[in-house]
Amino acid sequence: MSAPRRNPVLAPNRATIPPARRSRVATEMSAWAAAGVFALQTCGECEAVQYPPRDVCRNCLSPRLRWRPADGAGALLATTRLHYPYELYFRERAPWRTGIVRLAAGVSVTAFLHPDLGEAPAPAFVTARLDRAGQAALIALPDETANFEVTPMREFTASPKGRKILVTDAASPAGIAMVKAMCAAGAATVWAGRAEPWGVVPGYEEAIAHPAVTVLPLDVTDGDSVTSLAGRIGGRTDIVVNTATYHRPGRALGAMGVESARAEMETTYFGLLRLARAFGPALAARAAEGPNHAVAFVNLFSITALVASPAKATHSAAEAAAYAFAQGMRADMRASGLRVVNVFPGPVDEGWNQLDLPPKIAPDALARATVKALETGVEDVFPDPVARQWYARWRDDPAAFARELAEAGA
Amino acid sequence: MRRLGYEGVVVAAPVSVPYARFSTRTAHAFLGELLRTILARTGLAKARIDGLCVASFSLAPDSAVALTEHFGISARWVDHLPFGGASAILALHRAARAVQAGDAEIVACIAGDTNDPDAFRRSTAAFSRFGQDAAYPYGASGTNATVALLTDHYMRTYGVEAEDLGRICVAQRANAGPYPNALLRSAMTMEDYLASRPVAEPLRLFDCVMPCAGAEGFIVTTRETAEREGLPYANLLAVMERHNAYPDDPIQMRGGWAEGRDDLYAQAGMTPAAIDFAELYDDYPVVVAMQLEDLGFCDKGEAKAFLRAHDLTTAGSFPVNTCGGQLSAGQAGAAGGFLGIVEAVRQLTDTAEGAAVPKADIGLVTGFGMINYDRGLTAGAAILAR
Repeated sequence: MSAPRRNPVLAPNRATIPPARRSRVATEMSAWAAAGVFALQTCGECEAVQYPPRDVCRNCLSPRLRWRPADGAGALLATTRLHYPYELYFRERAPWRTGIVRLAAGVSVTAFLHPDLGEAPAPAFVTARLDRAGQAALIALPDETANFEVTPMREFTASPKGRKILVTDAASPAGIAMVKAMCAAGAATVWAGRAEPWGVVPGYEEAIAHPAVTVLPLDVTDGDSVTSLAGRIGGRTDIVVNTATYHRPGRALGAMGVESARAEMETTYFGLLRLARAFGPALAARAAEGPNHAVAFVNLFSITALVASPAKATHSAAEAAAYAFAQGMRADMRASGLRVVNVFPGPVDEGWNQLDLPPKIAPDALARATVKALETGVEDVFPDPVARQWYARWRDDPAAFARELAEAGA
Repeated sequence: MRRLGYEGVVVAAPVSVPYARFSTRTAHAFLGELLRTILARTGLAKARIDGLCVASFSLAPDSAVALTEHFGISARWVDHLPFGGASAILALHRAARAVQAGDAEIVACIAGDTNDPDAFRRSTAAFSRFGQDAAYPYGASGTNATVALLTDHYMRTYGVEAEDLGRICVAQRANAGPYPNALLRSAMTMEDYLASRPVAEPLRLFDCVMPCAGAEGFIVTTRETAEREGLPYANLLAVMERHNAYPDDPIQMRGGWAEGRDDLYAQAGMTPAAIDFAELYDDYPVVVAMQLEDLGFCDKGEAKAFLRAHDLTTAGSFPVNTCGGQLSAGQAGAAGGFLGIVEAVRQLTDTAEGAAVPKADIGLVTGFGMINYDRGLTAGAAILAR
């Protein structure tokens, strides 16, 4: 099922976004929501839960407020339906239903209402999702399993369903898994990029046999290849999933040559840069075009993008470069409401990580986690136990964690 | 400790600068016209104004002190009040104490705002930090969304019907009919009210004030000065203000009036039964209904019955917002909260510009403001008498 084509006589629908301005501490709440967590501040001294976000405890004035995952259970106290919001983003999608939910934690929150949640009074479950400005939005649901593939809840997702998706390197284990997962999630089209037509990669033929899949030539290390493909499908692409990466295990003072390290950079960092510049503007231009508008650019990184692994020093450097660039992408794509989804797995269970100790995440699990991130609108994805542990320690104290890894030599 | 009363403090020179839906003039221009009119009507020389109290949303980057230079006033007491709809009561409160203490003799309390077509969106987007972080990103446009939620909860809790709140709007429109400065003066029936389009359910168009440009002001001085200058005045009997009352209420069902009213009536030496007319802050009818309860005219949840039993028009059994209030006159930004005091003093000095209340000896005036996140934080009230 594909959406009807835009009438070329009509003006294109430009993307608008909800109000993005937040205080610094409220932005912290968004950072948690970006990782899929509804967090509220809790006082480190008196345990009082706080909302809206603040700088000192409303009860004891302590500055020691800590973000903690919040219990979303609460009671819906009141509802309204807004017919004439001022902001263009809301006006274009009016009416909006909002309500006040009293959380069991003792704070009242204003939230968007899921269409299956009726009038007050009613039990409700509050969750935090990113809105199209990339900021945390609280949403009251009838229960935790509520369907987001409905209006207006889909605004808070980047769902692959019905969308046209480019998987940049479909011939890697992760790429194959990604093609299959996107098809299974209901993608209208999956363009499977392949750099080299020769050779047979196990599982590849099966993945591209799906009727939604079309194989297209794409070599991210070749600028002409990238711009040529962007000219062909850039104006139709809704999601780019960049699986193109190149890595060889090598320590900082190891035997690996500079050429290998350069090849890592060429694919992982410069490849991303080429893709972003070739596809980004077209994605942004189509970010409000119909129900299956352009919505996301997915980067398949590694947790070593955040903190370097001494055992993979050159790989970490390329990942860090690409991640740094992705932060710039996120800032530039925000104005059109596009999400930059960064996936940070621990070691993936594939050939170049043979010597990594388990647990390693299977490519299929990695792809499923990516689909789930798109479906739930998460921007920072930590799909496996190693990734989650590294992320937790990095959040807690990045400087200490870097020293810890250096001392462990891992 | 018993609070000091306001013996000898009076309010005079009530002035409304005509409203306009939109204006190309600045807040400074409206405030300047207001002050000029106050001086012209009182015959006071500008140099006699030694205290200045200002409220405005659209004066940025200026504040009250900048106006002393702009207007050429050498004040010895100045205050700038960013309290929205409660600014007038707070201005009266502060000016009264200044006059009483001799810190100033004649304080001009002035409020004014301009309005352009996008001004309201801009001012609400960054009204407060909590609002910016936790209300505005949810489609709130001004206070409509927040008050819609309070209204929904209030109506549901007390079984209030749309017609009950409509009585307030319909009566105030009738009061606005003879008041030339009201922007909305054409007759409105209950059918008209009920048929008005939904804005933020359950709020209808006629539940919401119309933002506009304009100015309102008065002077606070001593009875001796007022009499010496031949100024008609109203006596100030009592004032209360309360901020962030009942913070543990899950949703607002009452304002700080409920906490401060005993003190207010005690200071005035009277009960609610003595009030002849009330200028109740009316950004939305539910706020009027809550005040009827919180200020002791009926019990909590009984405003519905009170409204069914009373006629709120100027000639009625309980006159409320006797020149139409903000719901019919328009809400001229920070001046909206000043309309109540201005109108009350006009009624008490027999200078009503619309219909006069037949027996207007004691008037109650209120203010309400600062929807910082999910409720109005500041409630104020004053009792004025001949």
